[in-house]
Amino acid sequence: MPTAIPQPVERENYLNKEYGVWSWLLTTDHKRIALLYLLSITFFFFIGGFFALLIRLELLTPAGDLVQADTYNKLFTMHGMVMVFFFLIPSIPAVLGNFLVPLMIGAKDLAFPRINLLSWYLYVIGGVMMLHCMLTGGVDTGWTFYAPFSTSFTNTKIVEAGLAIFVAGFSSILTGLNFVVTIHRMRCPGMTWSRLPLFIWAHYATSIIQLLGTPVVAVTIVLVAAERTLHLGIFDPKLGGDPLLFQHLFWFYSHPAVYIMILPSMGVVTEIIACFSRKRIFGYSFVAFSSIAIAVFGFLVWAHHMFVAGISVYSALVFSFLSYAVALPSAIKVFNWTATLYKGSIHYDAPMLYAFGFLGLFTIGGLTGLFLSALGINVHVTDTYFVVAHFHYIMVGGAVMGYLGGMHFWWPKISGRLYPEGWARLAALIVFIGFNLTFFPQFLLGYMGMPRRYYDYSHMPEFQVLNVLSTAGATVLGVGYLLPMIYFLWSMRYGKPSSDNPWNAAGLEWKTSSPPPTFNFDEEPVVTWEAYNYDELDAPYKQEVPVAK
Amino acid sequence: MQNNASSAAAVQADAHGEAHNPALLHHFAEPQQQRDAASLGMWLFLATEVMFFGGLFCAYLVYRRWYFGDFAAASKSINMPLGATNTAVLICSSLTVVLAVWAAQTARRTLLLVSLAVTMLLGLTFLGIKGIEYKDKFEEHHVPGASFSFQNVPIPGHPDQYADPHHAQLFFSLYFVMTGLHALHMIIGLGIFLWLFAMAWKGRFTPEWHTPVEIGGLYWHFVDIVWIYLFPLLYLIDRHP
Repeated sequence: MPTAIPQPVERENYLNKEYGVWSWLLTTDHKRIALLYLLSITFFFFIGGFFALLIRLELLTPAGDLVQADTYNKLFTMHGMVMVFFFLIPSIPAVLGNFLVPLMIGAKDLAFPRINLLSWYLYVIGGVMMLHCMLTGGVDTGWTFYAPFSTSFTNTKIVEAGLAIFVAGFSSILTGLNFVVTIHRMRCPGMTWSRLPLFIWAHYATSIIQLLGTPVVAVTIVLVAAERTLHLGIFDPKLGGDPLLFQHLFWFYSHPAVYIMILPSMGVVTEIIACFSRKRIFGYSFVAFSSIAIAVFGFLVWAHHMFVAGISVYSALVFSFLSYAVALPSAIKVFNWTATLYKGSIHYDAPMLYAFGFLGLFTIGGLTGLFLSALGINVHVTDTYFVVAHFHYIMVGGAVMGYLGGMHFWWPKISGRLYPEGWARLAALIVFIGFNLTFFPQFLLGYMGMPRRYYDYSHMPEFQVLNVLSTAGATVLGVGYLLPMIYFLWSMRYGKPSSDNPWNAAGLEWKTSSPPPTFNFDEEPVVTWEAYNYDELDAPYKQEVPVAK
Repeated sequence: MQNNASSAAAVQADAHGEAHNPALLHHFAEPQQQRDAASLGMWLFLATEVMFFGGLFCAYLVYRRWYFGDFAAASKSINMPLGATNTAVLICSSLTVVLAVWAAQTARRTLLLVSLAVTMLLGLTFLGIKGIEYKDKFEEHHVPGASFSFQNVPIPGHPDQYADPHHAQLFFSLYFVMTGLHALHMIIGLGIFLWLFAMAWKGRFTPEWHTPVEIGGLYWHFVDIVWIYLFPLLYLIDRHP
């Protein structure tokens, strides 16, 4: 490297303050912990993606020729467990939330920095247990590990996988606890509740679900482990137990867990849409309180996963009604985002492309959710690819699109570098096309009657065309996910240095340097403006346009 | 930072704040904020604990409603006087915890140490009595598993009917899981109080800073309250004099 070129003196920031492995492994800086999470969840994302690719390859042909039936069961189980518990649930909260919550509210750190580090270690311990479980045989029950198959019949590693999820769940609880306390107690002067960015409201609602839902799945896992090792009979009908009780306890957490995945993504999309249409968000308080409403309603709809499991028709009716009700706050959000776009000056940068992708895909996922809340249709499409397509539209089309949009939006703040915009727009397009090609055919397959979790459909070869399309789409989607990883890594070294506020965005996180210093702000900020004051930000650039009479 | 000394509050809030109060962590502006954060954090943690035990209570209530007679028969076999003694022991320990918090607030070191010690002693008493109860159950073959046996036990109020051993085993399963997890919380509580005792011994707590005593006390009270619900639910099904 030529030494003659004068290097610009870099400001001290959280990245260059200290070097060395221990400065990372023992850090209590929320921004560094966010990057630790980023590395670990990306690792698990590609493991889960690898399983998905094998599943799609198996389904390329009707015959069960690539893997054996037992292996296939393990593939979709491990795909689900890894993606749900080790990627989607920590994704936005633990990476973007960890990085941004203190910055957005003008705090120096989260309320409990050491607990934050502990939560990462718990995640890693859970992850290592999960890896060990996978490498020594895995689990074949599906990610829902329904009793009594999981408790009395399967001979795979239920207890180990359960403990891994238990430990990772503890990490999720601690993150949620940290966020709630931070949002309540650490806001800087002038940062009132009605001035909070909606990203914060979304994370507040998410954290409440993490706090109140996760312990229930934890105790369910304890019961499953006890049942399996000691044959207690709690979920075993032979001994007077009730397998439906397992489903109730499991879905009491695992349905709200869907909102743990989608609410933070909604928060990200809200920030992006306001910034790239240069407008204050339409209906601020409606968007804020709809997050809380989703969290509350989300706890009251769990039994719509059990319509065919033998619950009474009256409770099914009530849960069907409540599942419709949860669509209301979701629709409020979609309409308010659309109203924000209306007459905005829209910029089609990569984060905005992801936000648009989110809007469309989440709407499709949400509307097909209404199909599934309707008792009649639910019975028709239960356990078919229709359900698989529906929840992938929410979890991948919704949550992952939001995650990628957020990663692009805040990457200049996180790394201090700009990512290559052209490549990023291309990647966003590839992800959108690949996603739809993968999962839209699955709606059709499901409606035509292809059951989920089959590895061999040779008695219904007419399904092959749509399955080939889906597998081709998964390949495209894989390329779309690899691209950002490559150019993000590239930009860390070769990207153009970013200014403090490359998007001219509102929000406290853009008022500090990129990347921020260790304690976030050189001076404690004082907020005197409302959230999303894009009118004021853009005022210097706007020319008076004479109005024609 | 130092150049801008116009605001005294800003100086208080930055790194120099540490010089004034060693217990004040850097990212908090003032001790009150730190105390509030710690206390809110503990309350939220207790909310997660309520949900954790809530799942078990839910399972218990379902089966108790379905198999009431069998549960009553099984409940009769556990030692009510010992359970009642344990209830009294825990209520007393809640009193000593409150005394400890008050002693910390008012800088009474001896009372603080004595209260913490008595709390731990009461906690150990509870665990000892619980151990005796577990031992009895073990000897009576009431521990769920291969050697479980609950034959020919009449249902209270229905002397001609015998309790279904499977359903009785469900009762004992829930009994051991619930009281076992409660005992685990007690053991963790004893660890916390041992640490509090060591800190108090070194004189770390002052009227200005004794947050650990307060939130440790919150935890202890919570564990007590769980028992206050467990005792009638598990020991007092259909008991008549």
